[in-house]
Amino acid sequence: MIFNKLSRCSSSVALGIFSMLAMPAAQAEYKLNMTEGVTPISQQLYGLHMLVFGICVVIGVLVFVVMAWSIFHHRKSKGAVAANFHESTTIEIIWTVAPLLILIGIAIPATATLLDLEDAKTNADITLQVTGIQWKWKYTFVDEDVSFVSSLAQSSRDVFKDPTSNENYLLEVDNELVLPVGKKIRFLFHSNDVIHAWWVPALGVKQDSIPGFINDSWALIEKPGIYRGQCAELCGKDHGFMPIVVNAVSEPEYEAWLAGMKAEAAAAAAAGEQDWSMQDLVARGETVYQANCAACHGPTGAGIPGAFPAMTGSPIVNGDPAGHIDIVVNGKTGTSMSSFKGQLNDVDIAAVLTYERNSLGNSVGDIIQPSAIKNAR
Amino acid sequence: MYNETTQDGHAAHDDHDHHGPAKGLMRWVTTTNHKDIGTLYLWLSFIMLLYGGSMAMVIRLELFQPGLQWVEPHFFNQMTTMHGLVMVFGAIMPAFVGLANWLIPIQIGAPDMALPRMNNWSFWILPFAFTMLASTTFMESGAPAFGWTFYAPLSTTYGPDSTDFFIFAVHLMGISSVMGAINVIATILNMRAPGMTLMKMPLFVWTWLITAYLLIAVMPVLAGAVTMMLTDRHFGTSFFDAAGGGDPVMFQHIFWFFGHPEVYIMILPAFGIISAIIPTFARKPLFGYSSMVYASASIAILSFMVWAHHMFTVGMPVAGELYFMYATILISVPTGVKVFNWVTTMWKGSMTFETPMLWALGFIVMFTIGGLSGLMLGVAPVDTQYHDTYFVVAHFHYVLVTGALYSIIAAFYYWVPKWTGHMYDEKLGKIHFWWSTIAVNVLFFPQHFIGLAGMPRRIPDYALQFAEFNMISSIGGFAFGLAQVFFLYIVIKTIKGGPKATDRVWEGATGLEFEQLSSPPPYHSFTEAPTVK
Repeated sequence: MIFNKLSRCSSSVALGIFSMLAMPAAQAEYKLNMTEGVTPISQQLYGLHMLVFGICVVIGVLVFVVMAWSIFHHRKSKGAVAANFHESTTIEIIWTVAPLLILIGIAIPATATLLDLEDAKTNADITLQVTGIQWKWKYTFVDEDVSFVSSLAQSSRDVFKDPTSNENYLLEVDNELVLPVGKKIRFLFHSNDVIHAWWVPALGVKQDSIPGFINDSWALIEKPGIYRGQCAELCGKDHGFMPIVVNAVSEPEYEAWLAGMKAEAAAAAAAGEQDWSMQDLVARGETVYQANCAACHGPTGAGIPGAFPAMTGSPIVNGDPAGHIDIVVNGKTGTSMSSFKGQLNDVDIAAVLTYERNSLGNSVGDIIQPSAIKNAR
Repeated sequence: MYNETTQDGHAAHDDHDHHGPAKGLMRWVTTTNHKDIGTLYLWLSFIMLLYGGSMAMVIRLELFQPGLQWVEPHFFNQMTTMHGLVMVFGAIMPAFVGLANWLIPIQIGAPDMALPRMNNWSFWILPFAFTMLASTTFMESGAPAFGWTFYAPLSTTYGPDSTDFFIFAVHLMGISSVMGAINVIATILNMRAPGMTLMKMPLFVWTWLITAYLLIAVMPVLAGAVTMMLTDRHFGTSFFDAAGGGDPVMFQHIFWFFGHPEVYIMILPAFGIISAIIPTFARKPLFGYSSMVYASASIAILSFMVWAHHMFTVGMPVAGELYFMYATILISVPTGVKVFNWVTTMWKGSMTFETPMLWALGFIVMFTIGGLSGLMLGVAPVDTQYHDTYFVVAHFHYVLVTGALYSIIAAFYYWVPKWTGHMYDEKLGKIHFWWSTIAVNVLFFPQHFIGLAGMPRRIPDYALQFAEFNMISSIGGFAFGLAQVFFLYIVIKTIKGGPKATDRVWEGATGLEFEQLSSPPPYHSFTEAPTVK
């Protein structure tokens, strides 16, 4: 009786699930399984995943079939009389040894894959340092003198209430990481504050970035394209909002991008030599503030009581410029206030300081020039 | 009074049957009776289940659709953190201690627990611990928001002010657990009725004996971890602060040296419960009693040697990763032995499907699913891709909700007629089972897929491709939550009345509590040691 109900019930549930699976499967982005990815490692991981998954499904099905058979046939309502057999050392040994053999079958390919995965040191073409910072990533090309910070794009921040119109919501950044295809890239991970984890599924790379440690991993991207990922280790309030975008391009395009980045850095340094008007600094400062400061101190400068101080009416913001410059450039040890000297250039720091002093409910009225930041470094 | 009567034994026997519980609230405050304390633990655990569950509802509500509609990310993180802490330390662990209090004495023929006054204390610490933990939600900084695993330095240098309340609450819970564990060991080793040899003990008693040793071994490690956090936060040490020469990864090693045995603390007693229920309703003895005992002990020993499989992405040396992978997948061998034994016990039995049996069968099927996804997670190279995704969330909810919680609910339906003398409402019990089981699979099964497709755990908002399955999962979550409110109704209804249960309760039931005690048992049972054949 109950089992008739059960089978009806389960078939309708199964139908429901299948129709749900079929419907969105039409969309290109939709995935139910691990990605095969675009690196030798990610493809190896996918193969291993499917192997272990297959073994688990077979074991599960065998157990459930035996169970279902006895549930249907060995029931009192069908007149089944209980046998009384129990204890058999032979059977116990069989079902101990058989799984052991299966495990050995899993362990052999798993060991091989793990050894490949950990082989970051040999023959790397490019070394990229990745620094986790609450809640953005800083990328430094060790041999190229190119360094930049990448954080969640404004187009995602603008649509928190209703993101359905933004196809790449939470998976888009202001500055993409550009990498060449066909080169072995060695990543070095570390962190400025708490533990983060840099994860791009298509690259088969997930590695923790930990303060005081340097971890490594590697990728050899085989196909140009845009690959998106996210921070995978809980790192505080905006853990869900520090995406990663890797734009894999051909080597000439990569070289051109590097040259462009160097030119941009030179232009920024030149801009730091000039004196800026308050209007320009405040305008630029607002963008910098929203990208770097608003997560803790609030978009309107209200902060979060008990956790992050308000900017509005803050004694530091409204006090001596030297103190204000110091806390932003050097951070405050023992708190979440990080040092921005490695994250922002002179103009950006000067702009955000001037913005904070003359906006967000404050009106100190002074201008902090990029030259003051340069001297404070 | 109580001590006198028990010490007088025979002479006071007549007097004894009339000696019931004290009246009023003070009965519960001052009680040293194992049955009363068991009831207190079970009610605390139910309240915590509903409290932790209501936070899960907030989580599922925010994740119902992409975007930030209901709560701020900071509050969301507080919800995930408190949900985990409350469910692990408040719902699952006290429920098993409550069952241990109720069942161990009546299963081994003892008059009470060995240390009744300590028993009272180990319970009454807990309401204070959880009040303190819950109070953090109303503090200016909000509750702890660093996950139930409280990794440093997010919980130390970067922790909110309320972290200190969390630390003290964890200390209290640890003290309570260790006292409970000492009591269990002292009772089992010293107070068994004559003839109740170790290898005749019911498996629930065996698994709890092993669990109690795990608790004594690892709760002090947890206490050490939170104490180091406390001194890092306030007394200038740098255990976990790299800037002061400390090591944030060491925190994870210490935490998981506690945390992995903790997983087995939450599942071994469940194995004992299932090993009692399946033979009863299959009307056939457990297939391999001694191999079940040995498998439980092997799982417990292995549980101390696999902790770093939670840390495959922290950058361990390859040799370490290989070792922890091999040791981890090895655990599936004794776990498999358990599942095979249950299935073989059912084979050629004469089964009926009363509510406790349904929950036990649900346990076997869904715990096996959770166990198999655990095997997948144990394979180190692919774990680097599963780690910290919803695949992990799905895995540990299959073992903790459809594993541990299902066994607790099965135990309730199985023993509640013995405890209260009332049969529960069979129809409502079956509705509760089918409702919960459909809902819990709608809730957690899709999470495997969104995890594999790339959704990290502990995020308040997600990319659009995860929207459909999150919505399905949330619907299942709301339905599962509502089913447990329905369970509350069933519990109260059963306590208040119901058809009279027989002393044997179930046709196939065995064991001292069913063979030698009335339903309900007297307030003081086995004041004379029973005879065990």
